[in-house]
Amino acid sequence: MTGPAAAPNHGAGAPPLLDVEQIHTFIGEFHILQGVSVQVPRGSITVLLGRNGAGKTTTLRSIMGLNPPRAGQIRFAGQSIHRLRPHQIAQRGIGYVPEKRIIFRDLTVGQNLQIAERQKGDLARKADLIFGLFPDLHRLYDLPGGHLSGGQQQMLAIARALVPDNALLLIDEPSEGLAPVLIEQMMDAIRRLSAHTTVLLVEQNFQVASRLAEHYVIIEEGATVRAGRMADLVSDKQLIKTYLGVA
Amino acid sequence: MPGYFARLTPRYRRSWALVAAYLAFLVLISLIDFGGNTAGQTLFRGLMLSMLIFLVASGLSLIFGLLDVLNFAQGAFVLVGAYIGYATYQSVELSSTYSFLAAVGAAVVSVGLLGAVIETGLIRPLYARPVFQIVLTFGLGAILLDLVQRIYGPQPKQPLAPPELFRGTFYLFGQSLSIYRLFIIGLGLVIMVAVGLLLNRTRLGIIIRAGVQDAEMVQALGINVRRVFTFVFVLGAVLAGLAGIVLVPYQGATLDLGNQFLILAIVVVVIGGMGSYEGTAVASFIVGLTRAVAEQMSLKHFDAPVLAETSILILMIVVLLVQPSGLFGREES
Repeated sequence: MTGPAAAPNHGAGAPPLLDVEQIHTFIGEFHILQGVSVQVPRGSITVLLGRNGAGKTTTLRSIMGLNPPRAGQIRFAGQSIHRLRPHQIAQRGIGYVPEKRIIFRDLTVGQNLQIAERQKGDLARKADLIFGLFPDLHRLYDLPGGHLSGGQQQMLAIARALVPDNALLLIDEPSEGLAPVLIEQMMDAIRRLSAHTTVLLVEQNFQVASRLAEHYVIIEEGATVRAGRMADLVSDKQLIKTYLGVA
Repeated sequence: MPGYFARLTPRYRRSWALVAAYLAFLVLISLIDFGGNTAGQTLFRGLMLSMLIFLVASGLSLIFGLLDVLNFAQGAFVLVGAYIGYATYQSVELSSTYSFLAAVGAAVVSVGLLGAVIETGLIRPLYARPVFQIVLTFGLGAILLDLVQRIYGPQPKQPLAPPELFRGTFYLFGQSLSIYRLFIIGLGLVIMVAVGLLLNRTRLGIIIRAGVQDAEMVQALGINVRRVFTFVFVLGAVLAGLAGIVLVPYQGATLDLGNQFLILAIVVVVIGGMGSYEGTAVASFIVGLTRAVAEQMSLKHFDAPVLAETSILILMIVVLLVQPSGLFGREES
């Protein structure tokens, strides 16, 4: 991939699960995304990279319909979703873990999970997976979300997205504000959950992202500038320095 | 309950302690200044007023918490409920109890429908424009007031006799108290508990509470939050309409009813903490009892209810100075 217009498909010929094509998103009068393209192969972890303010979070919000794009296409599992409302997009099977790990502080951990059920019994069916990945949440089940530490809130935000059968998880900055030991735990959990679902991640910490993701997309000033396999990016120090400012 | 208090933050515990101390102070000052008999009557009236204010304020608080709309038309819902209820109660030729039930039905259904039309047709397109919503609901309140005046005339409607079932008085600690006032207190308490159970024990209630904290996140979980908005707006309107009709046998129907209760409800929501149901319930007791005691006190000492209106405004200012986010509101992080 050498240009912003055509992020390649890395899924060995299979159509991508998520195909974002040249989206343009405005927030108020600001033209934030000016041609972002992202392809997420099924069963993979793909990471959006870029400097602060490049448009990574807005890309996830555009996919979720929270900042709907004015132009461009978003297809999920082959179907166009960019004209749907956020709850309809979520119901198609996309889970969203926002940047500020928004959990409902007045609800208990259990209620935070129950509210994500799309069908009765979702939580019971997924209990083994969720509490296997995040055993602390089982212990804290009856505690209000506002009483949890930052790391526990991040676990809860990700666990909540696992309750329904989501085929794709959009996770925004999971390591932000966490202690190194917690970042390791979080990354391990994301790696393990990727066995069950496809993940599109925004991650500012390149060291973390490079160990976790198989594919990358670099966004700069609201447009896709590079995309490819993470292994290729890791070996291209010049590219990393140019776009990410990391030596 | 011990578990509930154990999980509270120190600030909430302090708020509960302040509330308990203040209510004890009101009871004590009533007993000292009015004597046992009048104190009992005054506090009983204060409780009734608390419940009426709660019916209006709970809707205002829920609507503000979830939709971020300070609904200035909430007072007009009380007015419409009172006049439609009044007209129905007067015109239905059944026994007084059945006529009253018909009046309650007519008031809550018509105000509920009015709320649904306003929310879906007028407020929904303005969700992203809070200032426009304020202007809109303020204007709606004025239009509804004008409509009521044109339909029912400017003259105040005298109180109608309470339904047979709730007429007369009963005796408690040697004092004669109105059964109809007891009915209003009971109704308010039942609704307070019912809405509390709805919010805490049902999936819909959990969604509402989550939406109060972050409606966008609720949508991102796959929940059609607009339907929840409509439900809450209609619920708020219905409770205000109910307050309107139950007022009819107590004080009749007058055109200033809406504004009277809107101001009290806003004070309650501010004192309790914007968007906090628990705070609204507690603040309703504080405001209702304060108003009743201040009214009685000023009648006794100044021969005019001069303190009644100002007392709750002073109370609100004091609470805001001590705790700017209200007694049970969340502090901005």
